[in-house]
Amino acid sequence: MDFNTTDEQTMLRDTVSRYLADTYSFDARQKTVHGGKGWNPDVWKAFAEELGILGAPFSEAHGGLGGGAIENMIVMEEIGRALVIEPYLSTVVIGGGFLKAAGGGNADAVIPQIIGGQVLIAFAYAEPQARYNWGDLRTTARKDGSGYVINGHKAVVRDASFATHYIVTTRTAGGQRDRDGVSVFIVPADTAGITRRDYPTVDGGTASEVYFENVRVDADQLLGDADAGLPLVEQVIDEATAAICAEACGVTRVLHATTLDYAKQRKQFGKPIGDFQVIQHRLVDMFMEVEQAVSITLMATLKLDTAERAAAVSAAKSKVGKACKFVGQNAVQIHGGIGISNELAVGHYFKRSTMIEGQFGSVDHHLGRYERLTIG
Amino acid sequence: MDLNFSAEDIAFRDEVRAFIKDSYPPHLNGKIEEGEELSKEDFLSWHKVLAKKGWIAPAWPVQYGGTGWTSVQRYIWSEETARADAIRLMPFGLSMVGPVIYTFGTPEQKAKFLPGILSGDVWWCQGYSEPGAGSDLANLRTKAERFTGDDGKEYYRVNGQKTWTTMAQHADWGFFLVRTNPTAKAQEGISFLLIDMKTPGITVRPIITLGGEHEVNEVWLEDVIVPVENRIYEENKGWTCAKFLLAHERTGIAGVAASKRGVERIKSIARSEMDEGDQLLKNPFFKRKIAELEVDLSALEFTELRTLAGESSGKGPGPESSLLKIKGTEIQQRITELALEAAGHYGAPYFRGFGEGDNEHPIGPDYTHRTAPTYFNVRKTSIYGGSNEIQRNIIAKMVLGL
Repeated sequence: MDFNTTDEQTMLRDTVSRYLADTYSFDARQKTVHGGKGWNPDVWKAFAEELGILGAPFSEAHGGLGGGAIENMIVMEEIGRALVIEPYLSTVVIGGGFLKAAGGGNADAVIPQIIGGQVLIAFAYAEPQARYNWGDLRTTARKDGSGYVINGHKAVVRDASFATHYIVTTRTAGGQRDRDGVSVFIVPADTAGITRRDYPTVDGGTASEVYFENVRVDADQLLGDADAGLPLVEQVIDEATAAICAEACGVTRVLHATTLDYAKQRKQFGKPIGDFQVIQHRLVDMFMEVEQAVSITLMATLKLDTAERAAAVSAAKSKVGKACKFVGQNAVQIHGGIGISNELAVGHYFKRSTMIEGQFGSVDHHLGRYERLTIG
Repeated sequence: MDLNFSAEDIAFRDEVRAFIKDSYPPHLNGKIEEGEELSKEDFLSWHKVLAKKGWIAPAWPVQYGGTGWTSVQRYIWSEETARADAIRLMPFGLSMVGPVIYTFGTPEQKAKFLPGILSGDVWWCQGYSEPGAGSDLANLRTKAERFTGDDGKEYYRVNGQKTWTTMAQHADWGFFLVRTNPTAKAQEGISFLLIDMKTPGITVRPIITLGGEHEVNEVWLEDVIVPVENRIYEENKGWTCAKFLLAHERTGIAGVAASKRGVERIKSIARSEMDEGDQLLKNPFFKRKIAELEVDLSALEFTELRTLAGESSGKGPGPESSLLKIKGTEIQQRITELALEAAGHYGAPYFRGFGEGDNEHPIGPDYTHRTAPTYFNVRKTSIYGGSNEIQRNIIAKMVLGL
């Protein structure tokens, strides 16, 4: 049992943290957000070439740094701290997660291009009726000769407007919510029959409704086994959930630190509001929520490759989701009126923490899943 | 970072497990599960076994009788003792005054007092709180006036009243905070004295708490004469020892391993108890409370592990241990709440324990007998050791710089 990071992991954190501190100011971020493209290609190029972090969780055989879940946790926490909108989660954690787990020709072909920054991935899994049941799929892939034909509507696909590839969950057999009969494909974004409606998200990114109309794919675009893809989807979504828990740790740390600074400076009744015990205890409660979030995120990350993965991730996401709400709401509350202005960074951190709460499942969803897995 | 135990750690765990299985006093079996009140003899019977083995003080430095275990081994130890439902040892000697003595004491004081703490031959109590000094501990009034005795030696004459003194009825010695300079500011002018509880002028009166237990006492000190050599550290610098002790006290206070067992116990009760024709554990509301408790306990466990990792890399227990105290005691209290809730109707009968020659069976299932008294008793945890509100003040000041 060991809780220390390796020298390489410490260096990774320092590298990302320094780069973001130097180049990814809140103003710079807002400029990208207002540009409406959902990302800044220069930042991505720097991630790939200058920092080399897009290879963090990939094997050296694929040209990566040989890391894994801990490296993703480290990068995602820094992404949270700086409120980065570029698609490390979609591309490296999720896209990379599917490719690593599926292996084979797709992994060999695509992973090096993720590391190089040429391939950007969006994960088309959500559907309007499905809420948090990843196997509730109306999108179908019908066998047709040697390939498949995909039809369906995928909801709120983050980063789809600029991704080069989509990873799509489909039903190839069985009823709409059966565990069996799910298949996962990797599909180039420019494949004929794919249309999109793009829009901004409230937390500064972009997403799309993505429509598949008779989209032809080959059998070798399958990730994992046909008709048996749900366990793979669950595994990768658990990895992604642990990753956004780490992002939330970064977001809530900044929310707390910013609010603490503000409470020390803002004067009312002739003294800093941080002198009032009611504010002090609120800030302590926020601090404790953040620390507990960090702890349970670490637990989930370290258990990703164990039999306890799903329960640990759901435990973490329920706890972190509550922290996102508590810390976010109280950060705004302690800031007072200025906290609800769109000009200050604090409100934008609050928006991201609020979206993380629901992303990959709400607090209630994850508590329910935890119960099914551990209590019965 | 790695959650797996090394081969050495697994071997150690097996050794610990076998030792507890072979050596835990059989007459103590079941006492924790039933929430029974424990006697001095109960505590001492386990204490003596561990003292003989040399495992009584894992947290102490080796030269004073510690085990030299790594933080992982200490974690394993607390896990395994909780897993076996072993009783928790009284902290007053081992976790409180012992570390103060080996940190601040003279060589003579170490030689005189540490062996009795380790062997269990000397039972300690803590004289901190006073009627007018609870959370505002530095407001204490018990005074110690220095004088030269007829034998030419230096003494203190101690007068005052202490309260909430746990297990003082059994104590051989007590460690007391007393005011040696009445004109100094609150936290200055306090000294840390070791007092033989058999000294004339000490009166111990019981306070019965909500669960019907006699754990705490009032201690009256009237012209109690204490040799100056029983003072730890410098005169008027006792607050330094007090603060050190409070931080030390808080690290073990999270009680993660014991709480894990507590959660298991509630689940087992909720499997036995019926609700709408099915197990209470299937009730969605009850189940949700269990789930949230388990999740919070996991977060606390990893917070403690992070703290331990920090300690093993050379950082002592800092003000962050206040977080462990707050969250640990909240969880301990939620466990007792849920046990009482699970007991349903049979939370109400007041079981006083078996009297002499009394073999009448108590009312209701065994696991319900002590649920209400334990619930009432455990309200103390968010009050003692610096109330949870005081812990928030400590974090605000020491961690957040407010």
